[in-house]
Amino acid sequence: MAKLKYDKNGRLLFTKEMKKDYTILAPMMAPIHFHLIINVLRNCGYKFELLENDGPNVVQEGLKYVHNDTCYPALLVIGQFIDALHSGKYDVNKTALVITQTGGGCRASNYIHLLRKALQKAGLEQVPVISLNMSFLEGNPGFQITLPMIRKFVAAMVYGDALMLLRNQTEAYEVHKGDSNAMVEKWSEYLNDQFNHGKGLSRIQQKEILYRIVKDFASIEIKKVPKVKVGVVGEIYVKYSSLGNNDLENFLREQDCEVNLPGLMNFALFKVDNRLEDIKLYGGSPAKYFFVDLLMKYLRQMQDTLIGAIKSEPRYNAPQPYPHTKSLVKGVIGYGDKMGEGWLLTAEMLELSEEGYENIVCAQPFGCLPNHICGKGMIHRIKAIDEKSNIVPIDYDPSATRVNQENRIKLMLAVAREKLREQENETQPGA
Amino acid sequence: MKVGLDVGSTTIKCVVTDDNGKIVYQSYERHLSKITEKMTELLTKVKDEVVHGDKALLTVSGSAGMGISQTCHLPFVQEVYATRIAVGRLVPDADVIIELGGEDAKILFLTGGTEVRMNGSCAGGTGAFIDQMATLLNVKLDEMNELANQYEKIYTIASRCGVFAKSDVQPLLNQGARKTDISASIFSAVANQTIAGLAQGRPIKGKVLYLGGPLTFLSELRASFDRALKVTGTCPENSLYFVALGAAYCSAEETDLDKALESIRKYGSSGNFLSIPPLFNDKQEYDEFCLRHEQCKAPRGDIETYAGSAYLGVDAGSTTVKAVLLGKDGEVLSSLYRSNSGNPIPIIQEYLLDLYRNHPNITVESSAVTGYGEELLKNAFGLDFGIVETVAHFTAAKHFRPNVDFVIDIGGQDMKCFKIRNGAIDNIFLNEACSSGCGSFLQTFANTLGYDIAEFAKLGLFAKHPVDLGSRCTVFMNSQVKQAQKDGATTEDISAGLSVSVVKNAIYKVIRVPNAADLGRNIVVQGGTFLNDAVLRVFEKELGVEVTRPDISGLMGAYGAGIYAMRKSTGKSSLVGQEELENFKHEVKVTNCGLCSNHCRLTINIFGGNRRFIGGNRCEKPVTKHSGGAELDMYAYKLKLLRSYLPAMGPRGKIGLPMGLNMYELLPFWHTFFTKLGFEVILSPLSNRELYIEGQATIPSDTVCFPAKLMHGHVQALVDADVKNIFYPCMSYNFDEHLGDNHYNCPVVAYYPEVISANMQCLEGFNFIHDYVGIHRKYDFPRKITPILRRSFPDITLPEVIDAAKDAYKAYDGYMDDIRKKGAEMIEEARKRNMPIIILSGRPYHLDPEINHGINKLITSLGAAVISEDVVSIREKRFTTKVLNQWTYHARLYAAAKYIGDQPDMNLVQLVSFGCGVDAITTDEVRRILEEKDKIYTQVKIDEITNLGAVKIRLRSLFAALEK
Repeated sequence: MAKLKYDKNGRLLFTKEMKKDYTILAPMMAPIHFHLIINVLRNCGYKFELLENDGPNVVQEGLKYVHNDTCYPALLVIGQFIDALHSGKYDVNKTALVITQTGGGCRASNYIHLLRKALQKAGLEQVPVISLNMSFLEGNPGFQITLPMIRKFVAAMVYGDALMLLRNQTEAYEVHKGDSNAMVEKWSEYLNDQFNHGKGLSRIQQKEILYRIVKDFASIEIKKVPKVKVGVVGEIYVKYSSLGNNDLENFLREQDCEVNLPGLMNFALFKVDNRLEDIKLYGGSPAKYFFVDLLMKYLRQMQDTLIGAIKSEPRYNAPQPYPHTKSLVKGVIGYGDKMGEGWLLTAEMLELSEEGYENIVCAQPFGCLPNHICGKGMIHRIKAIDEKSNIVPIDYDPSATRVNQENRIKLMLAVAREKLREQENETQPGA
Repeated sequence: MKVGLDVGSTTIKCVVTDDNGKIVYQSYERHLSKITEKMTELLTKVKDEVVHGDKALLTVSGSAGMGISQTCHLPFVQEVYATRIAVGRLVPDADVIIELGGEDAKILFLTGGTEVRMNGSCAGGTGAFIDQMATLLNVKLDEMNELANQYEKIYTIASRCGVFAKSDVQPLLNQGARKTDISASIFSAVANQTIAGLAQGRPIKGKVLYLGGPLTFLSELRASFDRALKVTGTCPENSLYFVALGAAYCSAEETDLDKALESIRKYGSSGNFLSIPPLFNDKQEYDEFCLRHEQCKAPRGDIETYAGSAYLGVDAGSTTVKAVLLGKDGEVLSSLYRSNSGNPIPIIQEYLLDLYRNHPNITVESSAVTGYGEELLKNAFGLDFGIVETVAHFTAAKHFRPNVDFVIDIGGQDMKCFKIRNGAIDNIFLNEACSSGCGSFLQTFANTLGYDIAEFAKLGLFAKHPVDLGSRCTVFMNSQVKQAQKDGATTEDISAGLSVSVVKNAIYKVIRVPNAADLGRNIVVQGGTFLNDAVLRVFEKELGVEVTRPDISGLMGAYGAGIYAMRKSTGKSSLVGQEELENFKHEVKVTNCGLCSNHCRLTINIFGGNRRFIGGNRCEKPVTKHSGGAELDMYAYKLKLLRSYLPAMGPRGKIGLPMGLNMYELLPFWHTFFTKLGFEVILSPLSNRELYIEGQATIPSDTVCFPAKLMHGHVQALVDADVKNIFYPCMSYNFDEHLGDNHYNCPVVAYYPEVISANMQCLEGFNFIHDYVGIHRKYDFPRKITPILRRSFPDITLPEVIDAAKDAYKAYDGYMDDIRKKGAEMIEEARKRNMPIIILSGRPYHLDPEINHGINKLITSLGAAVISEDVVSIREKRFTTKVLNQWTYHARLYAAAKYIGDQPDMNLVQLVSFGCGVDAITTDEVRRILEEKDKIYTQVKIDEITNLGAVKIRLRSLFAALEK
């Protein structure tokens, strides 16, 4: 074990010494993205490992060490960590953990503290926890977020969004089962290899690779048949994590739907944009505005590259640029609603509906505070704006049973299928 | 022929139609969760007796049919959808359908934009809920319907979740309320729940259809819906079969019934579920276990030969009533353990009469009573002492294990655990209203599965693969059990699994310890539920310690009361004598209290000998006819102060402020701001039940906290008063009091105006100003709000606003100063009078009596001063917490907790709104801060309705511990 050092408030630090031989465990969320991101971090000189353990013990450990009324994602993420540390697979004296912290007004900013409390309860106080955040919370001598790291991070996120989108839009119609997933594998491997050699990260390279990826996906043989198109929005963890949402994506695929999960890029843009909105709404330093705006512009460019690449093949439906998404909620919900997924969640529902994915699962942890407002609270208004939207809110928590959840989703799908049949009849006069 | 099979959560329904859609066969029965068996039975019957080898087209529907149909490749149609198909064909002119099932509630809007709504997984429990309530009242369903028919008054019962309602009904029963009124109140609660939870603002009108079991069988339930909706709905022919019919109409594929039966049979034996190791590996292990526990026995005496002084202890629990008669040496002479059947009075009457008649040589010298029915029984029979449950249980436990350091009692409805430190009760854990995984929970399941509880519990002892069911409330557990059964778990496995779940619920949800060592080594377990060997075994295994279970485990409360009575005996008891008992009178009257604006619904019990007992009161006014100790109550003071901000006529007209959430504390700010700008500031009235009901139909999320839900009523009230301009701003940030890392509002407080704006259609034609404002930036605030205001009032100028803002900040500071000064005075006065001081900590909006349910008054009535957290929080400087301290209101909690650590005469009671996600974090942290200084942490959960009984236990125990 490395020498344990603490800051003045008694927080255990991740030291430079630890950086050398500690393994840093990261929780799983969106698999395609996270595999790429982990590799980026590894290439920054850290020994990262992405946790893939799931199963009932993760929930059990979560229930045991986290206040049971805390939101489900906290319970799962912490459960996953403790389960891994208890598994014997890692030397607990040479392991650190990493967790994101947004610094927003939602409970999620407190996950890291709940994790530390859990570690203490479990007798694992020697395990340092690193906060991954953009709000200058909690520094560590052995772990620094640098500009190149952010750049690589963003690149990985863009690639992840592209692969996820292409996979979802291809898989539902592929003639040979498994083609799309194989394609994801292939390109993930390729990208990781590029990252290992410090390549694939410049804008020019990125653009070039994205176009190649899109082209490659477009070569997969498909048969376009009318399918129910379902969008998934929600609290970020249960939206993406199969552990959190009882494998929602696969359930929807088994129900013969095309699934659309809006990407992570918008979330990143949203979080950065919030800082600008804060200044616009309440006042603040013009210098800060200038710098945040630079970052915003950079991210926008990245998104434009992504959209451009997807659009190069007409068979794919590209996401809308951020300003358009944002414009959809004008007069629906204020831009000041920034906690959790905030107004973006509402905007995503409107965008999905506009793009033909009007059947929507709005997934949230049971009792999710921000979603009372921007999720469930906005459905009424969305229906008023866009009558065809068919939204079902689903709550996830340790013992909400799958049967209950799937039954409600099936009701949404039954309505969707009926509409699909009507549409088919309309488009085939005389049928 | 078309076959429709509707496998619901509690029943299975089958319909066969001929090719013209005519029904040729139909059946309806409860499946007692034996789903595969029942399906097989039914399909075999249909195949042999109805179809006779004809072509059969089968479709399955229903929540429990979903998994089976998928695995067995049978056509499936979602039940709500099936209902719509059937209604479309049979009652084409229907406008709205309301369907209640075993566990689901659905509303379908057919005309004016089709919409289907189904209850979320939290609001579960409709049919199953009514069943549970009937069990609680000890009546059959049809009797309950009869009873409801003769109601006179409706009590308010939580209309959200079954478990909540249960904890409302129980105290009513204990107060002596009439079963007729309770039955009707339950039905009305179901109607309210369905309408509020599912309509979400959409009006229900036109031709309304009632479908499903409960609405078909219970005419009074239909009547409740009619009353609530102000319509006359119809219950059509075959109202039980609409889902099955819809499924039949949907059938399009020919099904080979033999093949279907074969695959259903195979499905039943998959044995694929999550399990844990058996409780006992063999009989020998069990015998050793029994032998060990048999050694812990209370001394017995023979009542037939005993003569002389005796001491009576009574424990009127939530579902059972217990009594113990002790001899001079504490030996148990006789005991009673009986279900209270909703009324404990006749049981005790009979017990006493039996004692007087058959044992004239025994003199009861002293008596004591504890439990929910304490006050009722004490008044009815003139018992000498009333003591709080925790003290009774501790007294009893100490008798068996003098060095006891932890007591856990799991009763029928509640769970009480406490640590003992320095010979006093410390750290009480009670189950919150939401997680009553207790005795009655096991009982309900035993009954559902067709067993009696003792028999059911035994089944689990040698289960090979106990199911892992997790730890959750009953409503969730129903579906979990069903899933396990579907996956092939046996009744034995489920019995064991439920015992595990009770224990896990106790350890991880109520007590919240991951480590047995934290509970100490000398643990005494008691309560009827621990008589169940399976529960006891799981508890020992889970904690890894051997515990003490007295043989009178179920009687410990009464035993403790008996010992207490013996110790406090004066030699002469006030217990009623035989003569009076022979002609015992008990009358119940229900009335509304008119002594304050709360208008509590009182139940007055009148007994012989001028004794009476009043239940349902939140304060002591109706009992003592005067209010006690109001001058040392900061909650009352603050509320009065806020209500003194009166409207003043202004040239710019009226502007309305809804009085809820953060508007409470910011009222001095906004009131001054708008008054100065020339507005007449109109406040929504004080909250009450009616105000809440007026707004509840527009609440989109049924799991949001109650203070937020109340906002709908407040805005509605302003609309009803025709205040055209309503101001309710969104605020991400609150004032920075420099106590934390940031100064946010919680997401609900911050953005609730958005929900109001998006869901309250009544705002059409009103100017609802809900822009984002930042009062935390003094300089920017007027500059940012001016353009917002100018949109509605173009003549407002920036200099005016700057001026008004200056006054507003001053008014807010003045208000906070006033509070702190007054608070300091009260503390000083309390100290002069030697009174304990309770820092009642919550949020500013917990001042609302509809939210705090008069808990402040309850505390003052117990002889303590009530001080709010904001009085003492500023006496601390910012300090490091173990959580991210980022919300203004919550930072005060931490500071207050830290402050009282060094104040011997102060204790903290934290008010927590049910569903407040933020408090999942703050409660643990406040507790940690207090325990660092050896202080007792007391938490009170409040919701739409609060079980003041449980609150009282906590507070009385706290005071009992302080006395030591």
